[in-house]
Amino acid sequence: MDKIIIKMKKEVREKIIEICNKFNNQPGELINVLHQTQDYLGYLPAEAQELIAECLHIPTAKVYGVVSFYAFFTMTPKGKHPISVCLGTACYVRGAEKVLDAFKKELNLEVGQTTEDGEFSLTCLRCVGACGLAPVAMVGDKVYGRLAPDMIKGIVAEYK
Amino acid sequence: MANYKYHILICGGTGCHASQSALIKENFEKLLKENNLENDVQVIGTGCFGFCEKGPIVKILPDNTFYTQVKPEDAEEIIKEHIIKGRKVNRLLYLDPKTQEHKDDSKHMGFYKKQLRIALRNCGFINPENIDEYIARDGYKALATVLEKNDPEWTIDVIKKSGLRGRGGAGFPTGLKWELCRKNQADQKYMICNADEGDPGAFMDRSILEGDPNTLIEAMTIGGFCIGATKGLVYIRAEYPLAIHRLQVAIGQAREYGLLGKDILGSGFDFDIELRYGAGAFVCGEETALIHSMEGLRGEPTFKPPFPAVEGYLKKPSNVNNVETFANIPVIINKGWEWFSSIGTEKSKGTKVFALAGQINNVGLIEVPMGITLREVIYEIGGGIKNGKKFKAVQTGGPSGGCLTEKFLDTPIDYENLIAAGSMMGSGGMIVMDETSCMVSVAKFYLDFTVEESCGKCSPCRIGNKRLHEILTKITDGNGTMQDLDELRNLAHVIKDSALCGLGQTSPNPVLSTIDNFWDEYVAHVTEKKCPAGQCKALKQYIIDPDKCKGCTACARNCPVNAISGTVKNPHTIDQSACIKCGTCYEKCKFNAISIK
Repeated sequence: MDKIIIKMKKEVREKIIEICNKFNNQPGELINVLHQTQDYLGYLPAEAQELIAECLHIPTAKVYGVVSFYAFFTMTPKGKHPISVCLGTACYVRGAEKVLDAFKKELNLEVGQTTEDGEFSLTCLRCVGACGLAPVAMVGDKVYGRLAPDMIKGIVAEYK
Repeated sequence: MANYKYHILICGGTGCHASQSALIKENFEKLLKENNLENDVQVIGTGCFGFCEKGPIVKILPDNTFYTQVKPEDAEEIIKEHIIKGRKVNRLLYLDPKTQEHKDDSKHMGFYKKQLRIALRNCGFINPENIDEYIARDGYKALATVLEKNDPEWTIDVIKKSGLRGRGGAGFPTGLKWELCRKNQADQKYMICNADEGDPGAFMDRSILEGDPNTLIEAMTIGGFCIGATKGLVYIRAEYPLAIHRLQVAIGQAREYGLLGKDILGSGFDFDIELRYGAGAFVCGEETALIHSMEGLRGEPTFKPPFPAVEGYLKKPSNVNNVETFANIPVIINKGWEWFSSIGTEKSKGTKVFALAGQINNVGLIEVPMGITLREVIYEIGGGIKNGKKFKAVQTGGPSGGCLTEKFLDTPIDYENLIAAGSMMGSGGMIVMDETSCMVSVAKFYLDFTVEESCGKCSPCRIGNKRLHEILTKITDGNGTMQDLDELRNLAHVIKDSALCGLGQTSPNPVLSTIDNFWDEYVAHVTEKKCPAGQCKALKQYIIDPDKCKGCTACARNCPVNAISGTVKNPHTIDQSACIKCGTCYEKCKFNAISIK
C-alpha cells in the first residue's frame, strides 16, 4: 500500500489530509470528505481512497463501499468537457435516447468513458429539472435544451 | 427605501436559467441605468413561475403583465415601450392557442386558472435571496405565533386537524408523525428535511428551495420546536448547486435576524440548521436509507421498526419530512386548519405540486387542489397533447408509480384513488404520453432505473427486478412468449410482497400497471411480433411501397447487409429476414417510398 501512496504528489496528499482534518477525521463525515476530495481532484482514485481510510481510521473497503454506492462519485477522471445526457422520464419520452446515441456516435464513446485526449467524457444523469426544455444535455455547467440528434455535431464542435 | 414605479420579475429557475435568463436580467439592469431609471424600476431575479414551456418568463408589476419566451435582446423593447411609454409589447404576450388572442395577465391563462398555490405561494414572486421579501409576505409570522403560544401540543394538534399528509409519496399524516417523535424522550432529537429529490421528472422540491428557501427554514424550526429538537438537518442533492447556494444564503440571513440560533425571538428556544449532501442514490429517499447516508454510510435501508421517531440519526429520535410538506406548514398555522382542510377531498387535504412533462403542450410546475381530475390537469392546465396527437397514458409516481389510461381521466386525484388505480401519488412527477409511446418500453425504462438504483441489500429487489428487466428485454426484442407474460406478473407480485423497503415494494408497479392497462400491446409484441407504437427497434419493419419506388437503387446500394433486391427503374423489395433495421434505406430514399411498420 505504501508504494501506491508514493505515486500521489506530495501536495495532493497534503490537501487530502487537510480536508480530513477539516472534518476532524470523523468517520461520520466520510461523504463530505469524499465530496470535497472529488471537487479538488475531479475523481476519486484508489490512492486517495486509501489515504482517506487511513485518516479516518476506517477500512479502505468501507470507503470503497461508499464510493461505489453513490452515482455522484467516480473513479475515472472526467474529460475537460464532461457531457451528461439527461435520461429522466420527461427527456426519455421526448427522445433522449436518440440524442445519447448521437453523442456516442459523434465522440466514438460509450457511456462512462473519456476520450483518449482527455477532452470529452460521456455520462447519463437523471433529471436536471429543466423538463420544459426536454430533451436536455449538459456540457460542463451549460445546459442545452430542445435537442435533436442532428444538433449534436455542432455542440461538440463548439468545444473543439 | 426607494419607491419603485415598476418591478421587473425575471424567472431564475433552472429551465429559464438554461435559456439565458441571467443575461436578460443583466440587460435590463444595464439599460435601466443608461436610461436613468434605476431608481424607478426594480429588477428582481425570482424562483420558478412554473410555466417552463414558455420560458424564460418576465413579469412586470404592478400591472401583472406576463411576457413569455423573452430573449436577452427583447429587454430593450420592453423598457422603451412598456416601462417608458406604457405600451405592452404584444408579440411577447402569451398567445392563447384556442382563441388566438394575446393574454396579458397570467390570471386569465388556462395554465394558471385552475391552480391554487400554497406550497409555491412565493415562487416567482419574491427574491429568494432577500429575507425581507419573505417577511413582507407573512414570513416567520407562523413561527412567532407558535413560539408565543409556547404549546407544542397545540401546534401539533393544528397540523393534525388540517389533515396534511406527507408529500414525499407515501402520504403519512404529518401531525401524527410529529406527535410520535415528540413522545420519545432523549437528550437530543433531530428534525430532518428530505431534499434529495431523485425521482426522474420531478423537480418541485428544487423549485421551492430555489424560489422560497425561507419557508423551509421557518417550517423546520416550527417542527423542531414541536418535537423537541434543537438541530435541523437538510439532506440535499449535491447536483442542485443553485438550491444549495440559495438555502445557505437564507440560513445566513435568518441567523443574522435571530430567526435561527440561540433564543429565537426571545423565546428561549434554540434551533439551528445544517446541510448534508446526498451523492445521487434514489434509495436515499427512503427515510432509514437517508439517515444512514447522513451518517456517512452506504444508503441502505433497514427494517422498520424501529422507526426513526424512536431510533434515527445517530440512534436519536428523528423526524423526516419532505420539502413540499414543510412548505405547507407556515400557511396552515397562519390561515388555520379549518381553511386548509376545506381544500381537497375527504382523506387528502390541501394541494399537490406536480411536475407536468412529456408529450403535452404546457410543460411546467403546477400546484392544484386535491380532487382535481386528470382531465382538467392535462387538457385545461396542460393545454392538451402536443402536435394534436391522441392521449395514451399518464404516468404518476415515478419509478414507483404506474400508467393510467383514458378511463381514469375523470377520477379525482388523491392518495387513495391513485393507489386504487394501480399507481401512486409519489413525489409528483406527471408524465403524459401520446400514441407514439410503447408501453412495454416505458415499463422497461423504469426497470432500467430500478435495477441501477437498487441498493442490493435484499434479493427480491436486487435479483427479481433484474429478471423482470430481462423478460421485458426479451419481449421488446421480439423473442417473448405468452408464458413470459405470466411469469412477469407472478414475479412482480413476489417482489411487491417480499422486498425490504418502499423502493423494492413499489418497483414492479410500472410493469403491473402497463400489463393491466395495455394487455393487448404486450400480446401484440409476443404473438404478432409487432410494436403497435412503432418504437421497438427489433420489431420494426421497413417496407417499400412499389407505387412510389422509382427503382433508383439508392437503398440497395446503401444497405449494409445487402437485404434489398431489385433492378434499375423497377420497384425494390426488402428481405425481412436479412434486414437489421438500421434505417439507412429510409434515410436515403428520396421519394418517401419506404415506410416503417
